[in-house]
Amino acid sequence: MTDMTNRSAGKSNAEHISAGLARRHRKESILKGFGIAAISFAFLILGILLMTLVSTGYKAFTQTHLTIDVYVDPDVITRDALPRGAFDDLLENTLVEEFPDVDSSQDRRALLRIFSNGAQFTLRDRVVENPDLIGQTVSLNVPVADNFDQLNKDLISRDTPEEFRRLSDQEIAWFDALDEAGMISNPINFGLLTNADSRFPELAGLKGALVGSFWALLTCFLISFPVGIGAAIYLEEFAPKNKISDIIEVNINNLAAVPSVVFGLLALAVFIGWFGMPRSAPFVGGLTLALMTMPTIIIATRAALKSVPPSIREAAMGLGASRQQVVFQHVVPLAMPGILTGTIIGLAQALGETAPLLLIGMNAFITSAPSGPFDSATALPTQIFIWADSPERGFVSRTSAAILVLLAFLAFMNGIAIYLRQKFQRKW
Amino acid sequence: MNDMTKVERDLNMSDAKIEARGVNLHYGTNHALKDVSIEIADRTVTSFIGPSGCGKSSFLRCLNRMNDTIDICRVTGQIMLDGQDINAASVDPVQLRAQIGMVFQKPNPFPKSIYDNVAYGPKIHGLAKSKADMDAIVEKALRRAAIWDEVKDRLHEPGTGLSGGQQQRLCIARAIATEPEVLLMDEPCSALDPIATAQVEELIDELRRDYAVVIVTHSMQQAARVSQKTAFFHLGHLVEFGDTGRLFTTPNDPRTESYLTGRIG
Repeated sequence: MTDMTNRSAGKSNAEHISAGLARRHRKESILKGFGIAAISFAFLILGILLMTLVSTGYKAFTQTHLTIDVYVDPDVITRDALPRGAFDDLLENTLVEEFPDVDSSQDRRALLRIFSNGAQFTLRDRVVENPDLIGQTVSLNVPVADNFDQLNKDLISRDTPEEFRRLSDQEIAWFDALDEAGMISNPINFGLLTNADSRFPELAGLKGALVGSFWALLTCFLISFPVGIGAAIYLEEFAPKNKISDIIEVNINNLAAVPSVVFGLLALAVFIGWFGMPRSAPFVGGLTLALMTMPTIIIATRAALKSVPPSIREAAMGLGASRQQVVFQHVVPLAMPGILTGTIIGLAQALGETAPLLLIGMNAFITSAPSGPFDSATALPTQIFIWADSPERGFVSRTSAAILVLLAFLAFMNGIAIYLRQKFQRKW
Repeated sequence: MNDMTKVERDLNMSDAKIEARGVNLHYGTNHALKDVSIEIADRTVTSFIGPSGCGKSSFLRCLNRMNDTIDICRVTGQIMLDGQDINAASVDPVQLRAQIGMVFQKPNPFPKSIYDNVAYGPKIHGLAKSKADMDAIVEKALRRAAIWDEVKDRLHEPGTGLSGGQQQRLCIARAIATEPEVLLMDEPCSALDPIATAQVEELIDELRRDYAVVIVTHSMQQAARVSQKTAFFHLGHLVEFGDTGRLFTTPNDPRTESYLTGRIG
C-alpha cells in the first residue's frame, strides 16, 4: 500500500527515506543535547552544594588549641576538695604569669576567657585522675574559646573597627603574643567526632549524634528489614491475587508517599503518648524511621522478586520443589542484590530523615553520648538542625562540617549497596 | 476415520501410562483446550504437534499440574497417572512433579554449579543417603543425559557457563536425576542449533527405554524422527492421534493433512 502511494508521488522509497533522514538525525542530536544539558545542570548544582559546604565546613575540621604549662599550685588545689577546686583560678594565674602587666581583676577574667570554658574541666579531670600532679607542672593542650578560634581562622577580621568586633584590641594582642610564643596550634579537630554536643562551639562534637543515629538505624534495620521482606515475600509469592491484595498493594505504595512529618506525629501519639516510651530515645526514633523505611523495602523487594526470571521458578517447581523451597532456595537468593540495595537505600533515607525525629524530641540539647537505645540522644540530621539554629559563629562552620559528615556516611552506605549488588550479581 | 478408531482400539489399555479423559482448560474466558482425551503409553515417545496457540503446551503442563500456579487457569476433566487421578485432592503436586519430570523450552539451569543443578532434585526429595550416594546419582544422570564427558572435569563450575545445547542436556540430566516415570519436554530443541538438536534427539530416543516421554515440538520433522506416537492439536482440539508413521503418511483428518502440507499453521 505505502509502496504504491510512494510510487504515485514519483519518488522511490530510498528517496523518501533520505529526505527524512536529516530531520531524524537532528531530532536525535537535540534529544542528546537535552540529556547532556540535564546532567550538566545536575552536576553543577551538586558541585555548588559541595563547594559551599566544603568552603565553610573545612575550617571546622581543625580547632585552634592553646598549649600551656600549668603549675598545679598546692595552695590553690588541695587533695581534700579536689573536684571542687578552683581550677579556673589556676588557669588564670598561669596566664597572668605570661602577661605580668595585667593586674585589674576585670582584665584577669578577660584573659581567662581565651581558654575554652571546658579547659578548667580538662585540667580538673586530669588532676582528679592522678592527684599526684598536685605540686607539679602539667602541660595542657586545650581548645581556645570560639572567638579566638574564629580569629585564628581569619573568620573574625582584624580590620573590623573594634566596636563592631567581637574581640577587643587588647584580646587580639594577647592572642598574638601567645601565638608568637608558639603556644597556639591548629591541629585536626578530632573533637568534632569524639565530643558530644556543647553550648560552646569549640567543644561541640557529633559523638552523641553519631551514636544516636547508630542506635536509631540499628533499631530501624532490625524492625524494617525482616518485616518488610516478610511482607514483600508473602505479597509477591504467596498471597492470592484478589481485591484485598490489590488494596494492600495500593496502600503500601501510598504509605511510601506519606510525608515523614506525619510519621513523626504518629510516633509521638502512639509510641510516646500511648505506650509511654521515652522521649528523645533513639529506639523510638528507630521505630519511627522503620515505619517510613518499610514501604521502601517492601516495594524494592517486590520489584527484585518480580525480576527473577520465571524460568527459574518453573525449573524448580518442575523438579518437585514446594512453593516454599522455590521461594527460599531460588527466588530470594537471586533477588538478594536488589533486596539489599533497596534496604540500604531505605536506610540511607532514614539516616537523613529529620522531621519525624524532631517531633519525637530527638532535637534535645544533650551533652553526653547515649549509652543505649533508650537514652536521650540526637541524631545526625537533628544535630545539624540544632547547630544551624545556634547563634554562635563557630556553629556556622560546624554545621557545614556536620553536613559533610552526614553526606560521607550516606555515600559510604550507597557504596556498600553498589558493592553488594556487584558482588552478588557475578554469581548469576 | 475408520483407521483412527482402529488405532485407538489397538492401544493396549494396560500400556497407558497417562490417560486423559475429557480435559477442558480455560484461561479466564479463553477456552484453550476442548475435550481432549488421549492415552500416553509407557516407554514410548509421544509428540504433540500443531500450530502456535493450539493448546499443546497447555495440555503438556496439565500433565504435571504446572498450570496450578496460573491463577486464571481452570482445568476440568480427568487425567490419570497409572490409574490415579492427578487432580485428586489426595495428590500433592510436589509428589506428582517428582514422578513427572519436565524439560522446558529455554534451557533454564539454576545459577549454581553443574553438580548442584543435578543434585537439587534428589536433595529436596531426600533421595541420597550420603555424599557418595549423591555423587553416584549425579554421575548417572549426567551420563544418561550424554553430557558427562563434557562436564566431568568442571562439575563445580556454574551451569550457566555451558553452551545452549549443553545447558539443555544439563536440564535433562537434572530432570532425570529424580528418577521420574514420565518426562515432559516442552519444545526442548527450539533454542538449540542443529548439532545440539541432534544430540538431544538422540538422547530422547535413549530415554525411551526407561520413560514415557512426551515432547511438544514445532518441527514436524522432529516429531517424525523421535516419536512413535503423534498427536495433532488444532485450536484446542485434539484432532488426530496415532502412530507417527501412519499419521504423517495417511492422515485421517483433513485438518491434519492441511497442517502437514503447510496449508494451516
